[in-house]
Amino acid sequence: MGELKLMKGNEAVAEAAIRAGCDGYFGYPITPQSEVIEYLMAEKPYERTGMVVLQAESEVASINMLYGGAGSGKRVMTSSSSPGISLMAEGISYMAGAELPCLLVNVVRGGPGLGTIQPSQCDYFQTVKGGGHGDYRMFVLAPASVQEMSDFVKIGFEMAFKYRTPAMLLSDGVIGQMMEKVELFDPIPRRSEAEIIKECPWATTGKTPDRERNIITSLDLDSAKQEEHVIKLGKKYESMKQDVMFENIMTDDAEYLFVAYGSSARICQKAVDLARAEGIKVGLHRPITLYPFPEAELNRLASKVKGMLAVEMSLGQLVEDVRLAVNGKIKVDHYGRIGGMIHTPTQVVDALKKQIIGG
Amino acid sequence: MADVTLDVWKDIIKPENKVFSKTPLLTDKVFSYCPGCGHGTAHRVVAEVIEEMGIQKDTIGIAPVGCSVLAYEFLNIDMQQAAHGRAPALATALKRMWPEKYIFTYQGDGDLAAIGTAETIHACNRGENIVIIFINNGIYGMTGGQMAPTTLPGMKSSTSPYGREVEMMGNPLRMTELVAQLPGTYFVARHAVHKPGNVRKFKKAVRQAFENQKNNKGLSFIEVVSNCNSGWKMTPVAANEWMEQNMFPFYPLGDIKVDGQMVTKK
Repeated sequence: MGELKLMKGNEAVAEAAIRAGCDGYFGYPITPQSEVIEYLMAEKPYERTGMVVLQAESEVASINMLYGGAGSGKRVMTSSSSPGISLMAEGISYMAGAELPCLLVNVVRGGPGLGTIQPSQCDYFQTVKGGGHGDYRMFVLAPASVQEMSDFVKIGFEMAFKYRTPAMLLSDGVIGQMMEKVELFDPIPRRSEAEIIKECPWATTGKTPDRERNIITSLDLDSAKQEEHVIKLGKKYESMKQDVMFENIMTDDAEYLFVAYGSSARICQKAVDLARAEGIKVGLHRPITLYPFPEAELNRLASKVKGMLAVEMSLGQLVEDVRLAVNGKIKVDHYGRIGGMIHTPTQVVDALKKQIIGG
Repeated sequence: MADVTLDVWKDIIKPENKVFSKTPLLTDKVFSYCPGCGHGTAHRVVAEVIEEMGIQKDTIGIAPVGCSVLAYEFLNIDMQQAAHGRAPALATALKRMWPEKYIFTYQGDGDLAAIGTAETIHACNRGENIVIIFINNGIYGMTGGQMAPTTLPGMKSSTSPYGREVEMMGNPLRMTELVAQLPGTYFVARHAVHKPGNVRKFKKAVRQAFENQKNNKGLSFIEVVSNCNSGWKMTPVAANEWMEQNMFPFYPLGDIKVDGQMVTKK
């Protein structure tokens, strides 16, 4: 068994980064995730593993630092919260276009605008539909516990390098700030220059006589070639479906389903218990990857149940993907508090009764 | 009129007639720059310095957004192309990821002194151990001649068609003097590449800048006051004359900071 610790979600991300062999963290403080860089600065990973930690002058700078670091094959990451991720959107798009791997962590707060510093799940569209300009997707993981904040850092890096694309942990202020027991994974050593050159033959490690020069760019002024490039990206995003992850809780005999990710999934777990105590056969489907989305599994479940309630701290974003997956087979509705308010399990059960069972 | 003999070149290219050859650090790709533009010369100088120092395998360059966005097609080294203005942020991380490698950015005035002002100032202020080559032609060349942060008062551009009115459009920015004030810059100079003597001085400065990086001295920042005959709507010769008469008084050539010390004007 790995080392056990009581940690905040944000601290677990930071410790996991060091253990995942991350080469560089570049970030800018923003509530509710500043503990990530605070933990790293206090922990001095440059002494533990040689990992670089730098506080940038803005989120715009930090994402472009990731571009530079990732372009040379290093494992780089940043973390931020909603308004900061908006500032990074341009850089994320460039990294997707240039096919650069990196890990991003969004500890979501309520918006739009400066909104609130309290938790929300209102960045779903921004995260899974693109966010920046152009046709691109990220590999998106939604942790629902402090344990997953740690574990998904490792998986996020694996997926980012497997698909040469930015990967994001879409968390929220609840998961980032709460403390739970976490079993830390054993440290993975940082890769040597020789290993990077072998694993990332595309990286700008310096042109040697045995190879052509490596260029990192998202630009191609030849429309035919640019079309070819974007089609290739599209196929890659399609192929990510082989790594879809989800969890079904008490779905075998369920007549109704909650569909929720992250902290809403934790709330829905309790709501399932409350509803079942009242004799309502309800289960929970939790997408773990939001892109790729478990659409095939949701479509299969739609043939078994009478209705689904997508629960998300938003005006209703996840619900659109659930509806697309269900494709009109059954009723699907949305419930969720917004603006930093967090729904209670009782409110979720009431919404199920009113909007799905009685509706 | 006699027929033009088309195989005259065969005599010209005989080895015994060779007086100059292009550095192998430039690719065979034909420059996309306008005839008369200074970018080609500036590229050649950077390439020659990399060749002479024997650091091709250890050098990573960063291209901006602007006319030199395709610099990576001409320089025979590993390169990254940055989002508009962000080259110093890329360079910051690259250098910290690979401290033993040589990292430089090559940026225009719109890229470095307008949209990338924050990244430029903070990279300079942190004293990142990198080289920044800054080509200032007082205009946005690639997008078709719009006003730049460096456009002179009264100077015409497509977005200041009656000349830059300072009261309405603000003053041109002397970025090089500004970054020289920051403790993180070690070497700051302003050069030109329109005449052989200027090219020689610029090359010496570029060499100094890369030597500074080798010796972990901090940030070296070299501005090249250049022309944009297309954007200025002049012939190449007229553009160079106009540059000498108008750009040089506002952007005077010479060393501004050497070995971390401000150069005092005599």
